[in-house]
Amino acid sequence: MRRGFTPWADPNAKPIVRFDAVSKRYANTVAIADLSLDIYEGEYFALLGPSGCGKTTLLRMLAGFEAPDRGRILLAGEDIVGVPPYRRPVNMMFQSYALFPHLSVFNNIAFGLKQDRMPKAEIAEQVGKMLQLVRLEGLADRKPHQLSGGERQRVALARSLAKRPKVLLLDEPLAALDRKLREETQFELMELQSRLGTTFVIVTHDQEEAMTVAHRMAVMNRGHIAQVDTPQQIYEQPNSRWVAEFVGDVNLIEGKLAASANGVVLEDAQGRRFRAGDGAQARPGAPAAFAVRPEKLKLALAPPPADTLNTISGRVVDIGYLGDVSVYKVRLDDGATMKASVTNATRLAERPIGWEDRVWLSFAPDAAVLLTA
Amino acid sequence: MGRRFSVFNLVSVALGIAFLYLPIVILVIYSFNASRLVTIWGGWSLRWYAALLDDSALREAATNSLLIAFASATAATVLGTLAALALSRLGRFRGRLPFVAMIYAPLVMPEVITGLSLLLFFVAINLDRGFLTITIAHTTLTLCFVAVLVQSRLAGFDRTLEEAAMDLGCPPLRTFLTVTVPVIAPAIAAGFLLAFSLSLDDLVIASFTTGPGATTLPIRIYSDVRLGVKPEINAVCTIFVAVIALVVIAASILTRRAERRQQISAC
Ligand SMILES: Nc1ncnc2c1ncn2[C@@H]1O[C@H](COP(=O)(O)OP(=O)(O)O)[C@@H](O)[C@H]1O
Ligand SMILES: [Mg+2]
Repeated sequence: MRRGFTPWADPNAKPIVRFDAVSKRYANTVAIADLSLDIYEGEYFALLGPSGCGKTTLLRMLAGFEAPDRGRILLAGEDIVGVPPYRRPVNMMFQSYALFPHLSVFNNIAFGLKQDRMPKAEIAEQVGKMLQLVRLEGLADRKPHQLSGGERQRVALARSLAKRPKVLLLDEPLAALDRKLREETQFELMELQSRLGTTFVIVTHDQEEAMTVAHRMAVMNRGHIAQVDTPQQIYEQPNSRWVAEFVGDVNLIEGKLAASANGVVLEDAQGRRFRAGDGAQARPGAPAAFAVRPEKLKLALAPPPADTLNTISGRVVDIGYLGDVSVYKVRLDDGATMKASVTNATRLAERPIGWEDRVWLSFAPDAAVLLTA
Repeated sequence: MGRRFSVFNLVSVALGIAFLYLPIVILVIYSFNASRLVTIWGGWSLRWYAALLDDSALREAATNSLLIAFASATAATVLGTLAALALSRLGRFRGRLPFVAMIYAPLVMPEVITGLSLLLFFVAINLDRGFLTITIAHTTLTLCFVAVLVQSRLAGFDRTLEEAAMDLGCPPLRTFLTVTVPVIAPAIAAGFLLAFSLSLDDLVIASFTTGPGATTLPIRIYSDVRLGVKPEINAVCTIFVAVIALVVIAASILTRRAERRQQISAC
C-alpha cells in the first residue's frame, strides 16, 4: 500500500464517487437505506458485508443497472442518476465474468473499444496491451469455453480495464477461484491497481480479502454503512459491537461504566472491574462493552500478581489447532466463554495448556476498545 | 437396469426401427425399380428420376412447396422469436397466461380444425386462395414450434451478458443484435429448419387453404396416388425423404451447439 496515500483525510480532496443520501428498495425489501459514502480517486475501496446487505445493489447503481429511489450519485462531481450504463465512464467486472461465449478472447476484450469506433490498428494495440497486462498473450484466438477458470477471470478483468474506465467495479471477482489462486490474484490486483492508478471498488463478503487489498473499506449491514475506515482502523477501532463481531473474532465484556479518575472503568454484572486506556467522553452508568481481540488476551496457567489489571479466570473447554495459532476457549466461572489465541512458536506436540486446565486471562488497558453502540 | 444388450432389448430395438423405417426403405428401394409395375422388381434403374425431369406438374408442385416452406418458415421464425422474447422478457405481465396458452394452442389443435378455421377466415375476408393463403396458414401452424424452441433457449440465457455489453458502451438495440441474437442463433436456426420441414410435409392444412396454381407436393402426390401409384412418385418421395432428413440432422446439430453454448455461458 502506498505510504501517505490518505485522500480521505484531506478536507480539500474531491471524491471521484459520492453517494449522497441514496435509498433503494425492491418490492418489499429495503436494499439501501439513506446511504452516503465518498470514494477518492486512486483508491482501492472494498464494500464488505454479509450476503444480502446491499453490496451488489450499491455497485449496480454505480454501473447504472439500478436507479436509486432517492438521493444522488455523483461521478467526478456530476450527477449520473438517469445516465444509462452505456454512457457511464465506469466498467464492471461481473461475478460470473459474463464473457461473450460466441466471441474469441481478442474480440471479448475489443468489444468495448469497438463501441467507441476506435480504429482497427489502435484496437489491436490496446487489446495486445491488455493481454500482456493479465499475462494471456497467445490465448487471443481462444473461445471462452477453451479457458480455465483463472484464465476466464483474467479475460474478464482485461475486458473491463480495456476502456480505461475512471472507476472499475468488481463484484466478488475472485469468488469462483480456489484459495491459492485467489490469494495470488489478490496481490496481482493490488499491484495492477497501484500501477494503473485506476479507482477500484470491489465487493466482497470475504473479510480477509477486503483487508488484504483495500486502502479503505466500508462495512455494510442491512443497507447501511456501519463503518468506513482503513482495514487496520476497523479491526483495531471498531465503532460498534456489530462491526467488532463481523470483522475478525472478538471477546465482548458487557457491563456498565463506572466513575474513575483515569481511563475508563467498566463494571460487569459480577462486579468485576476492567480498565481501558481511552474513551474519555463516556458517561458513568451507561451500558457499554469492552472489545478485546483473542490475540490480545494473555493466557497463563498461574494467577498473575495480585495487582494485575483486567484479569479473569476460567477453565479451558476447547482447543482449536489452526496451524499458525491455537485458539483456546475458556469458560469463565459465570458461564460466559472467551477466546484467546496463542501463536504456535514452537513445534512441540505437547502444549503446556490442556483441556480442563484452570487458566488466567488478562489484557492490557490499551488492548480493550470501549463500545457503546 | 442392465446396460448390456439383452436379447429382449435387441429385439425390441429392431422391431421399433423396422416399424418406423421399413416402409420408407421399401419406398426408397422401389424408387430405383426398373419395372413400370410398382409391385414387381425389375432390376436397378434411375429411369423414374429421369422421368421426373419431364413431369412438369410434379416439378411445379415441388417448387411451390419449397417456396411456401421458405416463406412461411421465415415469417414464423421472425414472429416466433418475437413471441418467445415477449414471453421470457416481459415478466409476469397481466394476461401472460392466456397469451402463453394462445401461442401454444396450435401445437395440440387438430390440423383439420386449424385448416377449416383458416379457410373460413380467408373466405370471410375475401382473400383469394393460393400461394399467399397457404403461406399464412403454414406460418400460423409453425410459429408456435419456433416460439417453444427459442423460448427454451432464452430461459437459460444469462442476462448479465447483455448487462456486460451495455456496461462496455453498447446501446440496447445493438446489444440485442450483437450479443443476444448470436448467442441464441442456433435455436433460431433450428426453429427455422423445423418450421421449414413442417411446412414441406403438411397436407391437411394446405388442402384447405390451397387454390388454383398453388398445388403443393404433398397435395399432388396424394391426388396422383388416388389414381394408382406411379413409379415417379416413389422417386419424388425418396428425394423428399432425403431433404427432410438433411434438415432434421442440421436442426439437431444446431440444437446441440446451442446447448453447449448455454453451458459455457452459465459457467
Ligand atoms: N432484483 C431484485 N429484486 C428484488 N429484491 C432484490 C433484487 N436484487 C436484490 N434484492 C434484495 O436486496 C437486498 C440486497 O441485495 P444485494 O445487493 O444483492 O446484496 P449483496 O450483494 O450484499 O449480497 C437483498 O435482500 C436481496 O434479496
Ligand atoms: Mg452480491
